[in-house]
Amino acid sequence: MAKNENKNTLGFIVNNGGVLSLIQDAGRYGAFNLGLTNGGPADPLAFYWSNRLCGNELNSTAIEINLGGLQLTAQVDCVIAITGAPMPLTVNGQAKDLWRSFLVKAGDKIHLGFTSLGVRCYLAVAGGFDINPIFGSTATVCRESIGGISGDKLVENDVLPCQAVPKAADKLKQLMLAKHDQPKYSNEVLLHTVLSYQHQHFSAIEKRLFFSSEFQISKHWDRMGYRLQGRAIKADISGILSEGICYGAIQIPADGQPIVLLNDRQTIGGYPKIGAVISQDCAKLSQCRQGDKVRFEPISMSQADNFFHLNLSRFNQTQLIVCS
Amino acid sequence: MPTRINDSIRLEVAGENALMLYFSLNKSLVSEQQTSTITSSISPIISNEVHQAVQLIRQHFTIEIIDLIPSYASILVVFNLLEIDHHHLRNKLKSVLKQCGSASSKQGRLVELPAYYAIESGMDLVRIAKHAKLTVKQVITLHQAQEYRVYAIGFAPGFAYLGEVDERIAMPRLTTPRLKVPKGAIAIADRQTAVYPAESPGGWNIVGLCPIDMFNPQADPTMPIEVGDRLKFVAITKLQFIELGGKLPNQVSSNGKE
Repeated sequence: MAKNENKNTLGFIVNNGGVLSLIQDAGRYGAFNLGLTNGGPADPLAFYWSNRLCGNELNSTAIEINLGGLQLTAQVDCVIAITGAPMPLTVNGQAKDLWRSFLVKAGDKIHLGFTSLGVRCYLAVAGGFDINPIFGSTATVCRESIGGISGDKLVENDVLPCQAVPKAADKLKQLMLAKHDQPKYSNEVLLHTVLSYQHQHFSAIEKRLFFSSEFQISKHWDRMGYRLQGRAIKADISGILSEGICYGAIQIPADGQPIVLLNDRQTIGGYPKIGAVISQDCAKLSQCRQGDKVRFEPISMSQADNFFHLNLSRFNQTQLIVCS
Repeated sequence: MPTRINDSIRLEVAGENALMLYFSLNKSLVSEQQTSTITSSISPIISNEVHQAVQLIRQHFTIEIIDLIPSYASILVVFNLLEIDHHHLRNKLKSVLKQCGSASSKQGRLVELPAYYAIESGMDLVRIAKHAKLTVKQVITLHQAQEYRVYAIGFAPGFAYLGEVDERIAMPRLTTPRLKVPKGAIAIADRQTAVYPAESPGGWNIVGLCPIDMFNPQADPTMPIEVGDRLKFVAITKLQFIELGGKLPNQVSSNGKE
């Protein structure tokens, strides 16, 4: 295609797409009015770290690897970094660490095994993957057939173009994130929640139940949302006029089992909502799977604001270690 | 926590970086309880206000707002926490939207969409006619006589909720949704109608086919309609349907031509 003439055509070739590997940038914003959801990394923190380790702009296009199994062969020399859930990583059969950038050479084979803790990893490359954006973003949303290479997950023989490093780059500085600065993944998370939307349709008792109960993640968990199991929470209405759903919104359908809505959620819906989980905890939730446990804790909008800015300044102030 | 902007708009929290504007009929004398029941009804007057508020917000805000999701009687305002906090946003929305809902509010555009209504394109026409105790012809006449309003867009890219169909042809959703509803299908669910932007599963009752793309990422604009627009279906013949690029669902599968 003429469109790609000035772009890189070489990068990585996919030998095995694994369970679910998706091209993602920071997400698609500005197309909600067309019914397009935002997509983007389910765990933005790990995603941003992968880009920072490669010296990229934070929203550069990377690969989200869900559960594992991705196998790639490099076609060019380049610098990559993988962050997130502890998936076993090998390059040409040699074990490698996550949370650091390193040089790969043309012909190198990168394999990711499967993780038993956490769910998602991010593979970034210096300069970002060279994917044509659609509606301002490269984020893949399979349900909408939008983004990525063809609106779908990565499959064998897909080519992911990227920049090659210049020849002299062998001594390019490699970066790592200190162990104590790396996010910890857990089977139990606390979800800070802003009471909002239809919360007045839940009685004081139902709210107490909601915030004092433990919920388990059901078998329905994906990038669209996490369906929980626990004590049923009842609203005094069964439905509402369809309205916009924000990231982290907690829908309570008639069966009383909460659904926390994430990146690939529908943009509008008609179930009552009790509140919304803050973004940093949505990221933690997205690293959980069936059987893991969650609790909700109410916070005010101002506290949510504080959490957001504290988290951001912690991220900005954390220094990467330069490896020799 | 709710803030009243004027008699018809109230502002509430949605999430960490999202506020919700709720619209209701401008009746300053009704109690809060009554207001919330009125809000839950579908009304072109409310929809007009939603439309007007979207325009005002787009005019007065730039980088502070990430995106808006307008719907029947609400707008979700997603904002950028690096540019504004919720206190400032509330105040700014309050002053920008104060005049919203005044009588001067202008109506949305009127858009006409061609519709090929026939037994071969509207596989549920006979069922609807039977249910309504009308002839197929009457069902078609009633469906295209109405001026619809685009109340919301969502569910799938380009899927617009249009209302309201004449109550004589209101029809409940199928008990078992179809696995494949053809692209362009014009369909009814209760008093709502819609055009399926792409082939997809669906449980609405199909009355015809529209040859115009409801969602085309390559086109500008991507969709022929937006929330707040008014819409009329104009009946066309089979020949016109084909000339406009329309395809009958069985044609697509039988001769496999694009």
